[in-house]
Parts: sequence; structure tokens; C-alpha cells
Amino acid sequence: MIHQYKMQDMNIVMDINSGSIHVVDDMSYDLIHDLDVGASMEEAMNKLEAKYDKELLTQVGDEINKLMSEGLLFAKDDYEQVVVDFKNRSTVVKALCLHVAHDCNLACTYCFASEGEYHGDRDLMPFEVAKKAIDFLVAHSGNRRNLEIDFFGGEPLMNFEMVKETVHYARSLEQEKNKHFRFTLTTNGVLLNDDNTAFMNEHMHNVVLSVDGRKEIHDKMRPTPNGKGSYDLIMPKFKAFVEARGQKNYYVRGTFTHDNMDFSEDVLHLADEGFEQISVEPVVAPDEMNYAIKEEDLTYLKDQYEKLALAKMDYKESHKDFNFFHFMIDLSQGPCVAKRLAGCGSGIEYLAVTPTGDLYPCHQFVGIDEFLLGNVDQGITNTLKQDAFRGCNVYAKDACRKCWAKFYCSGGCSANSFNFHGDLLATYEIGCELEKKRVECAIYIKAKEMLVE
Amino acid sequence: MKHIKTLNATVLKETLKHGGCGECQTSCQSACKTSCTVGNQSCENEKMR
Repeated sequence: MIHQYKMQDMNIVMDINSGSIHVVDDMSYDLIHDLDVGASMEEAMNKLEAKYDKELLTQVGDEINKLMSEGLLFAKDDYEQVVVDFKNRSTVVKALCLHVAHDCNLACTYCFASEGEYHGDRDLMPFEVAKKAIDFLVAHSGNRRNLEIDFFGGEPLMNFEMVKETVHYARSLEQEKNKHFRFTLTTNGVLLNDDNTAFMNEHMHNVVLSVDGRKEIHDKMRPTPNGKGSYDLIMPKFKAFVEARGQKNYYVRGTFTHDNMDFSEDVLHLADEGFEQISVEPVVAPDEMNYAIKEEDLTYLKDQYEKLALAKMDYKESHKDFNFFHFMIDLSQGPCVAKRLAGCGSGIEYLAVTPTGDLYPCHQFVGIDEFLLGNVDQGITNTLKQDAFRGCNVYAKDACRKCWAKFYCSGGCSANSFNFHGDLLATYEIGCELEKKRVECAIYIKAKEMLVE
Repeated sequence: MKHIKTLNATVLKETLKHGGCGECQTSCQSACKTSCTVGNQSCENEKMR
């Protein structure tokens, strides 16, 4: 499978099955295209002789043949056979999302957790539940050494003493059980102070700081319960936090909606405010919400991603480089095929735990009765539902099987598939279109960097 | 080559041999929480290096 595209001054050819990326001249671009749509080398060359020099075309043909013989172009799809027995593969649990607070001190308009409550009551996770969750994880993690605990909410700083107790408990098991815990935490920043900052900088592998960008954008979507904006409250705290952390292992993380489609300005605003690790992502919301991203927004949003890609390169030139999460790509040492086939691992490797100890496939399914998988006392009891997640892979989804981006997104988000189509094996088309553009931009930036080096 | 510059000579199929150890980060734990982005992650398997 080939995907080829032109961005700015560059022709890029992606060979999907080998994972190879090629930057090519116009002649090669056209020849590869004709071969891809079914022409033989001879037919394609004959056709292009009207446009290009024959001798040069022969050179291109030789280069293409060489790459094909090396398995770097028009590589066969040998992966589908790998997934034949996918449902029967042995799996372990390696990550938990602990909902330590089903409560929040902000009232964000787009919150999928309904202001922290997840369609239920306001609640804080007691330590006994967190402890059982850690024990459950260790017991079901097999030989996996690296384990992840994400403190999530609602707002996890509303239950921070419990977070600390949980970290200490997990750390106390590491040596004996030969495990290494990586803790992460997502916060809106309202309760950040010197004490919890010091603790997080010591123990949290990554911290996600929620901020949407420009003040007027942030304040509109992320008000306090009394209706005031929260930007002025949280920004100084985030800046102090990041400085204390040495600009490492964090993200300022925003959401853009139909109301700020010029989101590249929000990303650049965050960069201008001194943040170097930035993630700003599209809202996922039902069509009837007035802030939802709509199909007719896609052209504009794709232009925004390209604009951002160019701006990011300009910032780097001006020594104001920043990292944009969705433009990160590792071409040489990226994930293996097994990872790319299986995706996020929700329901299998990754589970969410509610304050009362219920287990769900991920944070986005919390509160939807049919997705209740079990609890921290009894473990997984709804194995039928878990099997539905076990079977999720890019070849199980018709739309993904044919898509060139399948090894970059791994079949997308199961919660999005379910929420839009009631089917874990469906795809959320708006998300797919934006993901594809992001991958194109990420590869373009990488190609530019590599060719300059 | 004069006409085609290959950015990465790593063949994805090779990862079938040693891949799948699962020590890598869960994709949703890093920042996203609403999307699935795997291609940007790094492999943590020493055998793959």
C-alpha cells in the first residue's frame, strides 16, 4: 500500500507495509503513482515519456526496482496473518487510570466526565480502593516490569493526600515484585501549590496541565463553577510548576472546538507563554453540541495543522522550539508491528478504576453500564465484553484495513467508535481525517529536519 | 540515489521477530485521552535497538 502526497515544496511517498518514507522528485512521484494504480513499469514509463526525459526515467525505474527488492517500496501486507488468532493471544494488564476524584472545581463546557461526575455521584476514591487497584495491577501484569498509574478525575488534586499514599504504597512493592511504576497525573491547576508541586516533580513521570490557549478561548470553555474564567488563576501556577520541573516530562494540554478553529493561534500562544511541551487536540462531541467539530470544518482545520507545522519550524529556527504532541513521530525507533496492530489496549492492557473500585475499559467508558467489566475485589467478571476489546485491531475494522494511516493511529479510539456509531469496530470519521493530516504534517516536519541534517 | 531519498531504512516487518514485549507506554497515558496516537511512541525493547 502506497500513500503519496505533496506538502509545500516536498513530494512524500509512504510505503505503508514496510513503514518506509521516501522523499522523491516529480518524476519518481508520477512513476510510483502509475505503478500504484496498476500499470506495469513498461506501461508507466511509456506514458511518462511524453513528460520526462527517457534516460532519467530509466534511472528512476532502477531506483524503484532497487527499493522494491529491498522491501522498502510496494512491500506486501504480511500482517493480517498475525492477527488471525488475535482474540486468543495472552495479555496482561499494564496500566490503570485511577479516577481518584469524581468531582471537579471547574465546570468545563465540553467535559466528557460531566464536570467530573461521570453520570454518577460526586465521590472521592478512598485509599483502600486505590491499594486494591495497585494489588490487582501487580497480580495481573505477568512479567511486565513497567507499569503505569494515571491519576485522573475529575480533578485529582481534590484527593491529593490519597494520591500520595497510593504512590508510596506502589513504590513499596517495586523491589519485591520487580516492577517499575510510572505515575502520571492530569490537573486543571486550580489547587497547585508548592507542596503538591514538589511531590509531583519527585514522583510523577508525566504531568498533564489542562489549558486551552488564549485567555478568551480558555475562559469561555473552562469557567469556574461561579462562571468566571480560570485562565488568570491557573496560568501563573502552570508557569511556576513547569519552571520547577525544568521544562521536562509534562504537557500543557488543550482542547479546541468549533468555536476556536484557528487553534494554531492557541498552540503558538502557549509557546509564546514559555511552554515547550504542548498538546492541543480536537474536541470529541456529539453533532448536536454547538461547539462540536463538523465535517464542513475539516478543510479549515487541516489548513490549520499545516500552518502550525510551518510555524513550528519557524519557531525552531528562531530558537523558540516547542514540542507538539501530535506532530511527534519516530521514524527509526517507533513502535513494533504488534503495538501498531493492537492500538491503545483499552479493556485489556489498560483499565479505568472508579472511586468505588469498578473497572471499565477506559476513562471514556466510565459510567456506561454495559461496559462495566468488574471490580478491584473480584477482577474482570464480564469477560464477554472484555473479549470484544480483545478482538480490536486494525484488521478487524473495515475502514482501517483500507486506510494508509492504520499503523500510525492503530485503529483509533474505541470510545469514539462506540459513541458515534455504537460499534467498537466502527471509526470516527472526523477524527480519522484530522489524524491523517497530522501524520502528513509530522512526516513533513521530520523530512525537512532530516534532509537539512 | 539521485531521485529518491529514503528517510528510514527500518523495515516494519523486522519488528515481528522481536516486537510485542509490551514494555512501552500505554498510548492513552501520555497526553491524549480522547484520541489514539501510537506512531509517535518510542520502542522500549532493547532487542529492537
